[in-house]
Amino acid sequence: MKKIFANATEALEGLLRDDMLIAAGGFGLCGIPELLLQAIQDSGVKGLTFASNNAGVDNFGIGILLETRQVRKMMSSYVGENDEFMRQYLSGELEIEFNPQGTLAERMRAGGCGIPGFYTRTGVGTQVAEGKEHKEFDGESYILERGIFADLSIVKAWKADETGNAIFRKTARNFNPPAAMCGKVCVMEVEEIVPTGSLDPDHIHLPGIYVHRLIQGEHEKRIEQRTVQKKETV
Amino acid sequence: MPWDRNQMAERAAQELEDGMYVNLGIGIPTLVANYVGTKDITLQSENGMLGMGPFPFEGEEDPDLINAGKQTITELKRTAYFDSAQSFGMIRGGKIAVAILGAMEVSEAGDLANWMIPGKLVKGMGGAMDLVAGVGRVIVVMDHTNKHGASKLLKECTLPLTGKGVVDLIITNLGVLEVGHKGLHILETAPDVSRDEIRAATEAAIV
Repeated sequence: MKKIFANATEALEGLLRDDMLIAAGGFGLCGIPELLLQAIQDSGVKGLTFASNNAGVDNFGIGILLETRQVRKMMSSYVGENDEFMRQYLSGELEIEFNPQGTLAERMRAGGCGIPGFYTRTGVGTQVAEGKEHKEFDGESYILERGIFADLSIVKAWKADETGNAIFRKTARNFNPPAAMCGKVCVMEVEEIVPTGSLDPDHIHLPGIYVHRLIQGEHEKRIEQRTVQKKETV
Repeated sequence: MPWDRNQMAERAAQELEDGMYVNLGIGIPTLVANYVGTKDITLQSENGMLGMGPFPFEGEEDPDLINAGKQTITELKRTAYFDSAQSFGMIRGGKIAVAILGAMEVSEAGDLANWMIPGKLVKGMGGAMDLVAGVGRVIVVMDHTNKHGASKLLKECTLPLTGKGVVDLIITNLGVLEVGHKGLHILETAPDVSRDEIRAATEAAIV
């Protein structure tokens, strides 16, 4: 059971093909698998569909795959702050399926748990509900949403042991656990691989059963909206 | 005189009660945090955090610690982190007492439109649809009229909906209105704003 690979390109070897569905962790630029996204760009694989809350920004995150026209479709809740995305979307080169954020997270979680569909109130009476099965429970209307079963998951954690047991740091956890769960294969990048046994088993956020391949690397961790307060104002 | 942004936020903060878990949207709702005073309020950020603190001091920003608006923030002693599925589990599951959101339009039946203008750049709904469908009470804070002077409180929303019949209370620069069974009720007016002025500025039925 060797899960550790030397770098992102080696970790993705044999897993990439055109037109596949990839679930990616991250929220904005926080906790995104930046090394694996770069390796996907380098591979030249095309026609990708991404289940990912956001689409990165120009020049970073999934944005780098938009520049090289490797993405056909996004399943996302919010895609602002990305000029190239808007240009490709408005010109019809790129398809978008908007998902309410919680519905997207639950679709990933459900897929990872072997649940093909679930009913939710979210989106009832809106465009999101169009064409979806409606069902009444206790007098209230719900819509059917489908679990996501991705061909590949790419996620980022803070630390993992050699068996893939992972912990995340602060709000960089976000979509990473549900994205990791819903892929046939999950590749995880971390800031540090630690010896097995050095993480407290009670503190594992994502058990290694969900993680098939693992790499360690340097992360840029770009900040999207730097907001601060001055010390003298408080 | 109509309320300004800060006064609207201050009025919205009066709706919050000790012990509540609350989600604040982007814009004027964010300012509500400045007016909770001594009330014990825990702020949720839907990207995976309860107990959201203020913006960091310069030089102390952490790229792993942001709010749902992607701004750098800080944690508090009570802070807890979790993943997005659990975050929206607590939202959908009705554990969040109140969401305070901005809006483009609200109808007299409490329909909310705040995510999309057809033909313009479309960014997405983020967590707004989940929030309005799941939380205990939805409070909208917005200007009463748009920049052309037209009412944002309508008989029917013209923009794509975020949720149907989801708004409970509307706080505008002119006053506070509650969504009732047959239309909106004026609960309060801003200083020196009359009920007739609110009626004149409102397309929705006021009962």
